[in-house]
Amino acid sequence: MSQKTILYDKHVEYGGKIVDFAGWMMPVNYGSQMDEHHQVRTDAGMFDVSHMTIVDLTGAGVKDFLQYLLANDVAKLKEPGKALYSCMLNESGGVVDDLIVYYMDDNWYRMVVNAGTRDKDMAWITKQASAFEVEINERPNVAMIAVQGPKAREKAISVLPVDVVEAASGLKRFFGADCGEWFVGRTGYTGEDGFEIMLPESEAPAFWDKLAHAGVKPCGLGARDTLRLEAGMNLYGSDMTDTTSPLISGLGWTIAWEPESRNFIGRAAIQQEREQGPAYKVVGLILEERGVLRGHQKVVVENIGEGEITSGTFSPTLKQSIALARVPSQTGDHCQVEVRDKLLNARVVKPVFVRDGAPV
Amino acid sequence: MSEVPIELKYTKSHEWVRQEDDGTLTVGITDHAQELLGDLVFVELPEVGSEMTAEEACCVVESVKAASDAYMPVSGEIIAVNEALADAPELINDSPFDDGWLFKVRPTAEVELEDLMSSEEYQAEIDE
Repeated sequence: MSQKTILYDKHVEYGGKIVDFAGWMMPVNYGSQMDEHHQVRTDAGMFDVSHMTIVDLTGAGVKDFLQYLLANDVAKLKEPGKALYSCMLNESGGVVDDLIVYYMDDNWYRMVVNAGTRDKDMAWITKQASAFEVEINERPNVAMIAVQGPKAREKAISVLPVDVVEAASGLKRFFGADCGEWFVGRTGYTGEDGFEIMLPESEAPAFWDKLAHAGVKPCGLGARDTLRLEAGMNLYGSDMTDTTSPLISGLGWTIAWEPESRNFIGRAAIQQEREQGPAYKVVGLILEERGVLRGHQKVVVENIGEGEITSGTFSPTLKQSIALARVPSQTGDHCQVEVRDKLLNARVVKPVFVRDGAPV
Repeated sequence: MSEVPIELKYTKSHEWVRQEDDGTLTVGITDHAQELLGDLVFVELPEVGSEMTAEEACCVVESVKAASDAYMPVSGEIIAVNEALADAPELINDSPFDDGWLFKVRPTAEVELEDLMSSEEYQAEIDE
């Protein structure tokens, strides 16, 4: 039986087309995925992301624990509210999940992990925590709304509760602020400016209406996927999994190798891979012919080898098909993709296509 | 609520078929099908002159979300395709029964036309 977020009735009321996503009944669009995509690139849109998992980690041993649990280093977080993107690895260096962690104070960090990996993540975190003085609490009865786009902050601020406005207005990029029952992060998954707002479930439906009245249009998971792919952001389960290391998933930049003495889970495995030189890398592809790139299509790199598309779509901003692909490390600036028995030409680019409304 | 024009014939695979006065058929995908697919971004059409059999996959229609095949409603020869779809696949979303047609076919087995569904039958099919 699929679960519903507290905003489910709102999705139906606003005309959302509901699909099952990771065991949740979520809106894939409210009419046109394309219009919703452009809405976020040019104005402001909102996404219900209440299905995601919010975990509070507290206690005297919390920093030590996260330095062991995560491949990125929470020691980088010095200012309260600062956020860090990280992978959580298994012993063989595969990615258990990707997540955002906020440093709240020395005894309190807040993590947001994916919906589809909730049970696995909670079991993994709890198991690893046994040797540390740390308490792990999943935050129940919290809704989360992502408001994204060049006008997202301005429009959201116009309807936030008065006591939240001040904290939200002063946020720098990639910071979050705890406002009692509300929490506002200047983060997102679209390549646009905006907020991710956590709030009590009881207040979420009314706040959704207020945002809509302020001109923030509801957007579904369909647009969320094309937006994140244009922004070159990875999707767990597609672009990286338990069996791919961050080094061959385009996530090498999220690993904190220094200090060498920090022994995080999976370090030995990926350090060896790094020394040998990873066999694959993640690149962006832009299709030079008509068609649409999709996940799992075969990539052929002449005289070098083969790879695979991990995420592909039609880019509403570029009006061309784009993809993230795992290809042999020696791949140059051109490759071919097998689409229905035909080899189509694609240009190899850095894996980011659009940022802040403009093609990169 | 999807439109199901009464004067057209339909297939289980969500194509519509219009019988023209000269005996040829114009084929497209239904309003219901385009709603399921969402915004269309690419259409691969068959070669004019090719002969195909009923239920053979002959077009690929791709939305932002997914790729889907369209099938021959009857056996016959492709005599025209909608070239406008190459630059404007969204015509299928905007006007599935008119500007968004896919191809025209000259049927080789008239008897197959009797297997197509009426609008009432198709409506019942998609209401299930």
